[in-house]
Amino acid sequence: MTRSLQTPALGGHELPSYLEDGHSLRSWLLSTDHKRIALLYFGSITLFFFVGGAAATLMRLELISPSGRFFSNDGYNRLFTLHGVVMVWFFLVPSIPTTFGNFLLPLMIGAKDMAFPRLNLFSWYLNTVGGLLVIACLVLGGVDTGWTFYTPFSSLFANGYVILAAMAVFVAGFSTIATGINFIVTIHTLRAPGMRWMRLPLFVWTQYATALVIVLATPVLAITLLLLMAERLFGLPIFDPAQGGDPVLFQHLFWFYSHPAVYIMILPAFGVISELVACFSRRRVFGYTAMIYAILGIAVIGFFVWGHHMFVAGMSPLAALVFSFLSFVVAVPSAIKVFNWTFTLYRGQIYFEAPMIYALGFIGLFTTGGLSGLFTASLPVDVHVTDSYFVVAHFHYIMVGGAVSAFFGALHFWWPKITGRMAPDGWARFAAILMYFGFNFTFFPQFLMGYLGMNRRYHQYAPEFQIYHVASSTGAAVLAAAYALPMFYLGWSLIWGRRAEANPWGATGLEWQTSSPPPRENFLKTPQVREQAYDYHPETEAPLHEAPEGRRPHNPQGAGA
Amino acid sequence: MSGQALHEPFEDLERQRLAAAFGMWIFLATEILFFGSAFLAFSVYRQLHPEGMLAAARETNIVLGSVNTAILLASSVTMAVADKAAEQMRKRETILCLALTAAFGLGFLVVKLFEYREDIAERLVPGPHFALTEPGAQLFFGFYWVMTGIHAIHLTIGIVIVLITIWRIRRGSLAYGRSGFLPSLGLYWHLVDVVWIFLFPLLYLGGRA
Ligand code: HEM
Ligand SMILES: [Cu+2]
Repeated sequence: MTRSLQTPALGGHELPSYLEDGHSLRSWLLSTDHKRIALLYFGSITLFFFVGGAAATLMRLELISPSGRFFSNDGYNRLFTLHGVVMVWFFLVPSIPTTFGNFLLPLMIGAKDMAFPRLNLFSWYLNTVGGLLVIACLVLGGVDTGWTFYTPFSSLFANGYVILAAMAVFVAGFSTIATGINFIVTIHTLRAPGMRWMRLPLFVWTQYATALVIVLATPVLAITLLLLMAERLFGLPIFDPAQGGDPVLFQHLFWFYSHPAVYIMILPAFGVISELVACFSRRRVFGYTAMIYAILGIAVIGFFVWGHHMFVAGMSPLAALVFSFLSFVVAVPSAIKVFNWTFTLYRGQIYFEAPMIYALGFIGLFTTGGLSGLFTASLPVDVHVTDSYFVVAHFHYIMVGGAVSAFFGALHFWWPKITGRMAPDGWARFAAILMYFGFNFTFFPQFLMGYLGMNRRYHQYAPEFQIYHVASSTGAAVLAAAYALPMFYLGWSLIWGRRAEANPWGATGLEWQTSSPPPRENFLKTPQVREQAYDYHPETEAPLHEAPEGRRPHNPQGAGA
Repeated sequence: MSGQALHEPFEDLERQRLAAAFGMWIFLATEILFFGSAFLAFSVYRQLHPEGMLAAARETNIVLGSVNTAILLASSVTMAVADKAAEQMRKRETILCLALTAAFGLGFLVVKLFEYREDIAERLVPGPHFALTEPGAQLFFGFYWVMTGIHAIHLTIGIVIVLITIWRIRRGSLAYGRSGFLPSLGLYWHLVDVVWIFLFPLLYLGGRA
């Protein structure tokens, strides 16, 4: 049984691609095509990635010297607040869902578009309005509350444009809610014939779980920010301790959103990694069903662990115990996923192309971040490391090392599908390796200095920490270079890159069965699905040793197609 | 003539209607968490400061509050009838019931404005001149203003959409009977009512046993 993958089974070079379907500005800004909206989003999150990145660069620069040389205390506070707000809500939360999710979800389930195409466009405009608000806040002078907006500081005492920042997050939150609703309804109602739930690619499953978390968690943040704004703007007492209000209540509400939000950021990355690992080891995902339960388990349990951010804020010993226990529980499904990816590699035929290098990097960094989460989840250790650089390192390993690596992995993997061009794989591999190296160089020292007592959110520190900070800042320079590189070679590939076939990686999944880039309607005819996901080889045979002829062909890039 | 009912990317109407209703239900779930969090915070304070919160609750205007509850319930009835009328493609009745719904909604807002004016006159706005001294009383009115305000904004949005819908049905640009739009709008309207059904006892009935 050999299969030809060179000619698209379902989609047509006969039709103009979605990129050629209108060239005016209007045809982009008013487009309801999910693929074009994905690109609009790609533009906005790239912009914000660089805004947040600029703030990070300034912070790392400032931290080279223990004396706080360039910024005032207030200036430094504004810097890390801006960095956090932009990176969390304007880059990482929307990143994978709004770009790759938007682009791929209908393609992967065999649909023409999202269930509500106009709502999809509307959500981009909402996101843009939120973005403008945050930029206005930045231009006017910023905020100094930290991305967590803790009351009563934020509501009664802080200088700066708290209202603008909170409003920006509020609006952006509704934009993600709109996207979430669209995803859920699309997956429920627009699957192609034969695309049963248990045949969905794991990327779709993770988008589904993410959307669930988005629609159930984000409204809590929305009302919390409204209450904060009411207190600050109209002087209505809500969290003010002088009136009997409870600031810790704010923290509960905030983390009830913000812990699930970390899964909004990481679940889509899990989906990407499952696709990449399967494709580049020519292997069915090990434990496909277990993966689905793990995804859903994380989405559900993730709602019940928020208290671990507040162990030192004051809570009953029983509550602390329960939150600690549940935080250990939520790590189990994450671990299951890591094991399953590893088992997928076993007896696979592994190709080390750029997307795969990103994926392997993800597994390493995510595991490190997740294990450090277990440290912080255990009460005695957390009391020691709370508000230290240890926590900073923990969440950067997961959110930057993990989620951002997955974002770049996805970008390289689906680049041919999105643009119709191949990226130069040598450069891409170089950037991927540099990113892994630069990341560890930047953030591993932070574990050490955090454990030794370096507090987060300070720009003046004891001189004995300088060596760690200098190491971290040097690493940050490397990391910055690794993040900037793809801009150049991917831009280059748009004009000079080799033209992509429909399925350049020999991957499974409906998105590879239509032309690259796909036509406006995605498919020439409605796909019929007869196979399970990741049909890389017959079910009972591992591809490396048994029946290599049954395996889907894959031409390593550069070996020529 | 009414506008086209079937939209891309759907291929049959039944599924499109299902999708519209389903999407609205999910939105309602987000709304429940939205309001629910505020109710939760309110309940926490009710637990922390029972006396002050109840004393403050006695200051609300129960007459206007009850009248408004009745108005909103009536508007839900007319909204439900509008939906049924639309199902049977009875254009005149649909428009009439929608107009009644919007009118009830506006009536609610007018009554609420009178009530707000009275609250302000009675110095029930938290701040240095606040009328009550019990601890927690200011918190109660913090929530009172925020919650009724957010509810009023929801209602205003509902009224605007109902008015636009009337206009579109009259112009013939909305396939009101089949597209699944009216049932979704109805769901939203009923949710705004239900929120009030929770607000009413929390804000008006507490402390008046
Ligand atoms: C393996 C499961 C995980 C566990 C057990 C865990 C545990 C924890 C704990 C206990 C804290 C609080 C530490 C402190 O403030 O003292 C924390 C902080 C944090 N975690 Fe995790 N975590 C896990 C996964 C994740 C994931 C997947 C992400 C992001 C995608 C993440 C992002 C964060 C962030 C952003 C903070 C710090 C928030 C702040 O204070 O600004 N965590 N984690
Ligand atoms: Cu957490």
